[in-house]
Amino acid sequence: MTTIPLDHVLILPVLLFALGVIGVLVRRNLVFILMSIEIMLNAAGLMFIIAGARWGQPDGQVMFLLVLTLAAAEVSVGLALIIRIRHRLTTLDSDAADLLQG
Amino acid sequence: MIHDLWLVPAFPLLGAAILMISAGRLPSRAVALVGVVPVAVSAIVSAIIGIGFMAAPPSGHAFTEILWRWIAIGGFRPAVGLYLDPLSLVMMLVVTIVGFLILLYSTEFMAGDEGYSRFFAYMNLFVSAMLVLLLASNLLFLYVGWEGVGLCSYLLIGFWYQDAANGLAARKAFIVTRIGDTGLMIGLFVLFTHLGTLDIQPLLHRAASVWPHGSAIASLATALLLIGALGKSAQIPLQTWLPDAMAGPTPVSALIHAATMVTAGVYLIARMHGLYMLAPAIQMTVAAIGAATLFVAAFAALNQHDIKRILAYSTVSQIGYMFLALGVGAWTAAIFHFMAHAFFKALLFLAAGAITMRLEHHEHDIFRMGGLAKKLPVAFWSFLIGSASLAALPLVTAGFYSKEMILSETWAHGGAVPILWAAGLVTAFVTALYIFRAVFIVFFGEAKTPIVGRYGIRIVLPLAVLSVLAVIGGFVETPNGLGGVTIFSRFMGSVFGPAPLAAGATETALLVFASLVSLSGVGLAWLLYMRPAPRFAAWTQTPSVVAWRAFFLSGWGFDVVYDRLVVRPFLYVVRINRHDAIDDVYTGIAEASRGLHRLLKLTQTGRIRWYAGWLAAGSILTIAVAVIR
Repeated sequence: MTTIPLDHVLILPVLLFALGVIGVLVRRNLVFILMSIEIMLNAAGLMFIIAGARWGQPDGQVMFLLVLTLAAAEVSVGLALIIRIRHRLTTLDSDAADLLQG
Repeated sequence: MIHDLWLVPAFPLLGAAILMISAGRLPSRAVALVGVVPVAVSAIVSAIIGIGFMAAPPSGHAFTEILWRWIAIGGFRPAVGLYLDPLSLVMMLVVTIVGFLILLYSTEFMAGDEGYSRFFAYMNLFVSAMLVLLLASNLLFLYVGWEGVGLCSYLLIGFWYQDAANGLAARKAFIVTRIGDTGLMIGLFVLFTHLGTLDIQPLLHRAASVWPHGSAIASLATALLLIGALGKSAQIPLQTWLPDAMAGPTPVSALIHAATMVTAGVYLIARMHGLYMLAPAIQMTVAAIGAATLFVAAFAALNQHDIKRILAYSTVSQIGYMFLALGVGAWTAAIFHFMAHAFFKALLFLAAGAITMRLEHHEHDIFRMGGLAKKLPVAFWSFLIGSASLAALPLVTAGFYSKEMILSETWAHGGAVPILWAAGLVTAFVTALYIFRAVFIVFFGEAKTPIVGRYGIRIVLPLAVLSVLAVIGGFVETPNGLGGVTIFSRFMGSVFGPAPLAAGATETALLVFASLVSLSGVGLAWLLYMRPAPRFAAWTQTPSVVAWRAFFLSGWGFDVVYDRLVVRPFLYVVRINRHDAIDDVYTGIAEASRGLHRLLKLTQTGRIRWYAGWLAAGSILTIAVAVIR
């Protein structure tokens, strides 16, 4: 079994994370923003797995499970917030929710 | 009994407190009672303490009682304490007795005034503050009384505050004396930083042992105390407030001029005389200021129309005599003259009040009075006795003995002093002239203003008692040629040491000379104002004389000069600086931070994507810095 060099493997999570960041920044729909955050979380999880496999440690997978749980909790809270915002502003546009401006 | 000394200032304070708390709700009979009784009790307690003091003097002829420790900050531990020695005893007796008589008189004089209760509240506070000033064993506690009389004088001069002119006079008195007070306060700082205490007796002892004779620091301290004394005692150059202080009710003038307030400066210098002996130059300045003041004020008094202003300038002039005496080291003579002056000046003011209250519209102009001798015999005789004492008519008046003592000690002082003595003598002549001018114009000739009302016992009794005091008050100290009684100077000896006296023959000659001077002043007044010759009347109307009279009438133009030199430039600067240049710095700081806030506020858009963007940018930057370093 040929090993893929670490540098190459790391490109995937970095790309995923960058996509997530770009998604958060450019999308205005709150659901898409939430999904972009999920992508960033998974990119981080993938990084843990890669690191665990590289050094043969179980910690990476343990951390991934933690991230997964966290993501589940985050999504439920996030979706609840989105529903509330939808009720209140009758839109999913994140730029409309700027009531806290200074 | 001497341990109950604290009762003396406490009673008037209690009276003032009751009247202030009742806020004018008491009936006027109760107000009169609460207004007079505390000071009467104070006078009785003072008298008992005085008798006890004279019968069995405490060790060292002085009694100190520390009531409580006021504050303790490191080495600064001023005490609230009382100090009684012959000096403060005499002052205390005069203040309480004369104060009581004036208050008794006021109960009738002020009857029907809507501020009746307020008046007695202030008067009681005034007497209490003066007693604190006299009895304080500590300069800081003395300063409390000092400011207390300043406050009360402001309140009482502006008593009829509905008239704006009275308010202005009150403000003038307050501001001018405040200039002096500032000097006194800085003087206290200097004394404390150099001697480490403000308790008067330890301070004097320490100064005598630490400071050499004529040292610069002693001169500085005494000069600063002198500025305070000049303000309170209305001496040149801070005398301008006193004539305007006539805006207050007449009993107030009597109290300010006779017993309280203006004598505070005399007391301060007499109390601190140990310091002044260390600074001969400053002591000489005291004498020079006194001589200048008595001369200037006497000429101003000679040209006034308002009976109260005549008496006001006369007070300035007589306090000048006291300063002259202090300046030549005749401490006892100064206090003796203070006592005599308190009696006859209170008498003169109360008599003047008794005249004006009976005239229609409370006439104050002496040229609209006249022929009152027959119509107001009580006022006439008391005013005459007061005038005789002020003019120092020989043998029978208190003023004669005290003024004679000052003049003979000024003569005996030697040095450059004949000028001072000559000023005192010329002024004695002018004094007799101006006060008998008033007597002849007011009481003789034809009547010009109708008389109304009548006197009650509360007007007559104080006048009678003060008349007696103005006559017999001088017999406690007579010159060698006239019995040589020395009760007063022996009593004061423990404070001031034995007084130097002129040699016998010279003294007698001076005595006769001074008597002749006063008598000739009265004689000239009689010639000029009883039998006015047409030539004299014509002479008074020549242009140059008219100009001089206007100059003297305005009090030698001091008010005009101060208005030009101080008041107007000050108001000009104030107008320019209306918005406070110093304040601009702090406003600027506030404005700058507000501007920064406005900038920062622009980043707070409320848009979550921008926040996320900033977060990402910040993270990238942080990581980049961490990686590159």
